[in-house]
Amino acid sequence: MRIKKLLLGMVALAALAVAPAQAAWEPTRPVTFLIPAGTGGGADQMARFIDGVVKKHNLMRQNLIVVNKAGGAGAEGFLDIKGSPKDPHKIIITLSNLFTTPLATGTPFNWKDLTPVAMLALDQFVLWVNAESPHKTAQEYLNAVKAGADRQYKMGGTGSKQEDQIITVALERVTGGKKFTYVPFAGGGAVAVQLVGKHVDSTVNNPIEAVAQWKAGALRPLCLFDAKRSTYTDKVTSTMAWSDIPTCKESGVNVEYQMLRGIFAAGGITKDQTDFYVNLMTKVMQTPDWRTFMEQGAFNPTVLTGNEYRKWVETAEKTHFDLMKEADFLHK
Amino acid sequence: MSGHDGDTDNSPRLVSVRTMDIVVALVLIAAAGVVITDSLRLGVRWRPIEGPAAGYFPFYIGLILALSSAVTLIRAVMDKPAGGQTFVTKKAFGQVLAVLIPLIVYIVVLGFIGIYVASAIYIALFMWHFGKYPLTKGAPIGIAISLVLFLMFEVWFLVPLPKGPLEEMLGY
Amino acid sequence: MGGFLVVLSPFNLMLMLVGILLGVIIGVLPGLGGANGVAILLPLTFSMSPTSAIIMLSCIYWGALFGGAITSILFNIPGEPWSVATTFDGHPMARKGRADEALTAAFTSSFVGALVAVLVITFLAPLVAKFALKFGPAEFFAVQFLTFASFIGMGKGSPFKTLASMTLGFALASVGLDSVTGQLRMTFGTAELLTGFKFLVAVIGLFGIGEILGSMETGLAFTGAHARLRLNAVLETWKKLPQYWMTSLRSCIIGCWMGITPGGATPASFMSYGLAKRFSKDGHKFGTGQIEGVIAPETGAHAAGTSALLPMLTLGIPGSPTAAVLLGGLLIWGLQPGPLLFIEQKDFVWGLIASMYLGNIVGLVIVLTCVPLFAAILRVPFSIIAPVIMVICAVGAYTINNAMFDVWMMGVFGVIGYLFNKLKYPLPPMVLALVLGDMAESSFRQSMLLSQGDLSIFWSNGLVGTIFGLGVILLFWPVISWLMGMARQGKTA
Repeated sequence: MRIKKLLLGMVALAALAVAPAQAAWEPTRPVTFLIPAGTGGGADQMARFIDGVVKKHNLMRQNLIVVNKAGGAGAEGFLDIKGSPKDPHKIIITLSNLFTTPLATGTPFNWKDLTPVAMLALDQFVLWVNAESPHKTAQEYLNAVKAGADRQYKMGGTGSKQEDQIITVALERVTGGKKFTYVPFAGGGAVAVQLVGKHVDSTVNNPIEAVAQWKAGALRPLCLFDAKRSTYTDKVTSTMAWSDIPTCKESGVNVEYQMLRGIFAAGGITKDQTDFYVNLMTKVMQTPDWRTFMEQGAFNPTVLTGNEYRKWVETAEKTHFDLMKEADFLHK
Repeated sequence: MSGHDGDTDNSPRLVSVRTMDIVVALVLIAAAGVVITDSLRLGVRWRPIEGPAAGYFPFYIGLILALSSAVTLIRAVMDKPAGGQTFVTKKAFGQVLAVLIPLIVYIVVLGFIGIYVASAIYIALFMWHFGKYPLTKGAPIGIAISLVLFLMFEVWFLVPLPKGPLEEMLGY
Repeated sequence: MGGFLVVLSPFNLMLMLVGILLGVIIGVLPGLGGANGVAILLPLTFSMSPTSAIIMLSCIYWGALFGGAITSILFNIPGEPWSVATTFDGHPMARKGRADEALTAAFTSSFVGALVAVLVITFLAPLVAKFALKFGPAEFFAVQFLTFASFIGMGKGSPFKTLASMTLGFALASVGLDSVTGQLRMTFGTAELLTGFKFLVAVIGLFGIGEILGSMETGLAFTGAHARLRLNAVLETWKKLPQYWMTSLRSCIIGCWMGITPGGATPASFMSYGLAKRFSKDGHKFGTGQIEGVIAPETGAHAAGTSALLPMLTLGIPGSPTAAVLLGGLLIWGLQPGPLLFIEQKDFVWGLIASMYLGNIVGLVIVLTCVPLFAAILRVPFSIIAPVIMVICAVGAYTINNAMFDVWMMGVFGVIGYLFNKLKYPLPPMVLALVLGDMAESSFRQSMLLSQGDLSIFWSNGLVGTIFGLGVILLFWPVISWLMGMARQGKTA
């Protein structure tokens, strides 16, 4: 997964460049902001946060109306926005289910039905174990999996045939043929609590889903599924910061995965209309609130728009196809 | 919950409880058939990665539904055809249809002209037909209720409801 | 208690009032949930201190809990999922002209449930949070099993019709995306069925529309129209309530337990109702307008709804959609919910807890003063109220998922409700299966995955074994009484 990264500083520059030439188009009615996921999850938190920031800083004259359309692993939301092409008053926040849902369920939908607006960030994944677990590093844990019986170790995750399970399958490449028992739960928060309660052995929660339990000393992070360590150096617990978590590659586990947190608009809208949303998101990302939010969730603040974003999505789609093909998750 | 039908209603019987029992049981068996067929497609046994397959649970549910409906069916068929309880009389059925059909029309129409306009019309006509209220009374009530709903949902709670040409004209 | 001083400022009291009123409105309208209200007001709160903000937002939540009962009792339409069980006896009471009594009982019981839950939160928070951690998939399944077991003897008629009704509910619940394997079930390629059948849509149709279709047969009347207006109804009802202390206590325990684990307010209300019916000496009269049948579910639901905030605060897992949106709010105010919130943000937490006490008192006073007003709605002629109910049902069905398809389904469920009522297929088992079916199935399959197919996971430790054992006992209890009932029926027939 090679990703071209632009850092926050460049966002500011980009914003300066577009600021004087105010986009000619503006929404003429409230804009529906779809979330293809349930309330309380990562995408939901981010979308509602964006809504909050827009209202707090008066970034838009019309209102954003946040609507959850979680049914069918998000298919409901995607089909909704696909069903209203050229409607400039509808945007959607996406996560990996942009790729996984159509691939796994055969839902007639592809991201090409939409207009890419902006990538807001990449969400990280961390391999977590219970703080009382004897395994201190990813290597130790995976060796234990290798040495144990097949399916002895239980991996808790959100949903089925989605990002958590894809990572789990990818991890099984280095466990010498031993498999995890993957147990799907409804949401990230529930998964973290199941790990605290020792009902599963490990999880690949997003940072924001598990940070509270980590702070309280109930969970232990083993490794980060990214090429580089996190850039956040403020202490989260008394001894560790996000940047102290080694990457999985460092720990000898060559698995990388990050999740798109991006915005798409309905297909076929004009350049002016797209620009308005690019502009809006850029303004959101300039706020100090956004920066705090990014740090709390240890997001990888990669921002892409326009063609670069499109290219990234194309590559990511290919990667997901390959990963899911390998795991035999494709819809038959 | 409305067990007193027929007390004051002497119109001829339209259909007996026995017939309806048979019909409903048959429909439920058919539904169970659909559930079982699709469960078999999904698999009803243990699968190594997934545990009990997706069809496991619905398969048995379908089976129980089919069996229990079969018992109801047999009981109803065995019942003597003549006499028995009345399910609905002609007059009562007419009254039910008088509500059901406008409701269906209302649901169809609200997809085109929006829920607010459709509701105002529906309330006014219902009051006129059943309550013998003149339209001059029904229309204001219908419009007032639609307006309240509009303010509550579109303006206050920002929950979008189906809208039609009128709202489009007003810029919503 | 510094928390009370924080809450008692005039500004905060005003916010409380606004929150409760808004919550009651939300609770009354089916389809609009506390989540909507909280989400809309969230942006307003950025200029306030987090404590003021949470006071207002949590008061919406209390208001919604109170409000859900109103339409259940008056029109047989549950405004919220957890008020479904309240319709079973609440609406028959209203039909007998005792709407004011039913409302008073419902509100008072809600208040009692909430109060007990807050006391639990205040004094037992850390202990209780640990208890919640013990709940894995097997324990969840055991609880869901217990809920069914406590409820299964609900139907009075043919056990086969009860079984058919329940399995139909299960079958409907399994439509859509299977959460364990990610496969589509029984959707047959339609996009509308992807999301499955929504519980509230079914309930609005089965109860609300079905009721109106049924009333049409007998002519244009809601029997409740004859309700007398009694200004002292509240006091009269209060005199009756203390004798049901056992039901209240039992429902409080069930509610707190279900809220904390977190099982949710809806199962709590069903379980409370089921057990009250089982253990009451008037159990056989349930469903005909017993005040106990209103007390039990309302106490359970409100206790669960309130204690559901505890896992959100201490574990970061929301026990309800509204709690989920509140959780989002906490993050925006820079508060990280989790085990440390009680230590790092003492002011906030105690402010919240104090607002739970005061918010519920304020809420109770508001809704009780409105009892005669609510009861008076039934005096509006049927030909005006019926179309308005239909419209509100349609709006409710639509807002649940912003889908026209759901409005159609509401109509279909209305017809099913009418048919089932007349053919004596009991509706409660179907509704319960619809609300719990999905959860029970996933917990069962998660447990099976964890144990690799070994059923002994359901008695592998004391906790799960006890809950499961209780369930089995309750399950076989009605089977015996069924057999006896059938034998008796055989003699008289």
